[in-house]
Amino acid sequence: MSNDSEFRTCPDTGLRIHLPAEKLMKANAVAAVVFLLIGGLFGLAVALTRWPAVHLLPAEWFYIALTAHGTDILVVWIIFFEMAVLYFTSTVLLNSRMATPKVGWVAFALMLGGAVMANVVILDGSSTVMFTSYPPLKANPLFYLGLILFAVGALLVCFIFLGTLVIAKQEKTYEGSLPLVVFGALIAAIIAIFTIASGAIILIPTLLWSLGLVGNIDPQMYRLVWWAFGHSSQQINMAAQIAIWYGIAALLFGAKPLSEKVSRMAFFLYLLALQLGSAHHLLSDPGGSMSFRVFNTSYAMYIAVLGSMIHAFTIPGSIEAAQREKGLNNGLFEWLRKAPWGNPVFSGMFLSLVLFGFIGGITGVTMSVQQINMIIHNTTYVPGHFHGTVAAGTTLAFMALTYWLLPVLWRRDVFMPKVAQWSTWMFGLGMGGFAIFFMAAGHLGVARRHWDMTFAGNPLGFEYSATVYLFMGASGITAVIGSLGALAYILCTVGTILIGKRRPDDAAPAVSPEGVEAITSYGNRGKGWEAPGSLVLVAVFMVFLVVYYFANWKYLGSVWGIR
Amino acid sequence: MSTHNTLTPPPNDWWRHPIGRDEVLWISIAAAWCVIMTFMMVYWYFAGNQNQAGEAYRISPEAFAAKADEMVDKYTIRTETELEVPVVAVPPGGDVYIVSSQYQWNVIPELKLGETYRFHLSSVDVNHGFSLQPINVNLQLVPGYDYVLNFTPNAVGEYNMVCNEYCGLAHHVMVGRLYVVE
Repeated sequence: MSNDSEFRTCPDTGLRIHLPAEKLMKANAVAAVVFLLIGGLFGLAVALTRWPAVHLLPAEWFYIALTAHGTDILVVWIIFFEMAVLYFTSTVLLNSRMATPKVGWVAFALMLGGAVMANVVILDGSSTVMFTSYPPLKANPLFYLGLILFAVGALLVCFIFLGTLVIAKQEKTYEGSLPLVVFGALIAAIIAIFTIASGAIILIPTLLWSLGLVGNIDPQMYRLVWWAFGHSSQQINMAAQIAIWYGIAALLFGAKPLSEKVSRMAFFLYLLALQLGSAHHLLSDPGGSMSFRVFNTSYAMYIAVLGSMIHAFTIPGSIEAAQREKGLNNGLFEWLRKAPWGNPVFSGMFLSLVLFGFIGGITGVTMSVQQINMIIHNTTYVPGHFHGTVAAGTTLAFMALTYWLLPVLWRRDVFMPKVAQWSTWMFGLGMGGFAIFFMAAGHLGVARRHWDMTFAGNPLGFEYSATVYLFMGASGITAVIGSLGALAYILCTVGTILIGKRRPDDAAPAVSPEGVEAITSYGNRGKGWEAPGSLVLVAVFMVFLVVYYFANWKYLGSVWGIR
Repeated sequence: MSTHNTLTPPPNDWWRHPIGRDEVLWISIAAAWCVIMTFMMVYWYFAGNQNQAGEAYRISPEAFAAKADEMVDKYTIRTETELEVPVVAVPPGGDVYIVSSQYQWNVIPELKLGETYRFHLSSVDVNHGFSLQPINVNLQLVPGYDYVLNFTPNAVGEYNMVCNEYCGLAHHVMVGRLYVVE
């Protein structure tokens, strides 16, 4: 049973925090930020190399930095942070103690050890295989082992999360159904279990192969199963970041979902379709029938996309409804204009929502069309797209949440709040711009993961147009802006933890949830629309999507006959 | 009425509350769009000229390389550059074998405008990418798999094959050429 001496009550928020869980949240969040710094610096070095006028690194170091950037950001930073989110949602939001804190520390040690191990053998040049490590390219066995240890640690945390849900239910720390945000985190945890299991299924035999104990890893089978790990891990991110968006809407506006039913169903759709996304990476591969491709790439008729489009409306819609309830009722957008844009919790949250939808969402839906994939596959379009999702979307959402968590967990004021204010804008707009310019260059054929687009001295080489160079230069500049934003975020975070001003327990709340009693009724309240401004926003989104989608079909139709 | 938000448990009868008309409208539009997008892929499969599902066969790298060598012996019309890369003119309708390896392409194919060729794409070592510039057609080449697609060029000119799957430390030098003539 829970023991009161193991809890403290946050004076700002009134939340009851289980102290052993809090220590784990802090440890995981700090590890995440450290790897964001390491991986981010590698990313900056990669961007400065692909900026043709700078071309910073020599070839070997470019490929090493790119392998490290992918591993440290896509896996280590994001999953460490998600572990902190799982601990937070299952304990603090449910007013519960956590299951087995000791196992939590074992998991943390496995993850940290695995991450360090992978980094060491990447940096010594023995594992320059890119994050995807497609066999028969072979890495140092410790590269695979590091990833496996990391994955096992993360898997343990998923089980601790489930165990904590059971404890909360048994000890009746809350009544009724799970809060929506915890439900979203539960979906993320279930997806994570599937994802991590897929990673283990493919990385364990690959480890044995690298040790010479297994003769052959079929390269196509590897791609299929590896992407059940690589792609699905992005769906953990989506579920987690969407839960965070809903959560921040409540923290800042007291927002409740327009309809619990709709928002939960939208989460549930992810669960139904998550396994299918692996096929997105095989659309221009040998093997796989047309029906396999169409069924899988469309997530069985786009049901996961439907889930995302629903959230795209209901999240701003819930904010709009809460704001209108408070009297910001003029015109379509007063609720949005008068939102706290100077608060990095809000600006980060809303920017990540918009950038994820307009950049990551629209391009993701288009590039995963079976046939259109052929004019995009393995060009810079692909990293452009996923910087729109993982950087401008997920990472920015995590930054926004951090600015809310810092005073709550560390009981300190955010260090250099002006810099924090700027950081979300710089990172969001920098990474958003980078995504757009990299995709533009990809449309014109620039290869991803490529050190020398000039093909210098190669008798069979050719020259890309001046436009391509313009786009690549612009991608370098925007990457620098985004990196400065990320560095500002790290500065504020580390500064807060180390030297931030301690908050006295009777201080005014750092983040005041104004009007938390905002909306109380469900569904359509009589005449008129609940969220007309949000409807206009999604209508604009739909127009962009439809135009861009068909423009790509037109482009595809102009190339050679290939069938 | 009790208040709640996304961070607190909902009222017990949450599944009974009606859905607002904003949401019904948007979900309907979004669902219709999902159906249209699914239909487009199927439609293009039957009506479009660009479908890369193609055919695929398992083949050992040695057997694939042997078939390619046979093609080179039969159809080489000249060589280019100091590397003496063979330019092969396979007759229309014939089989063109593209062998990728660290860090080169086996041949410079010369194709006739408007004719159809049966391309066989594979690798004899690690994964490579076949990126045809400037038309920007991109395909994955996987060792052990013969990826067969019918190519019908629609414009004359000099094209380049760029490797766009990382294949090792000199990946970026892997570039080749392809001609389409009248």
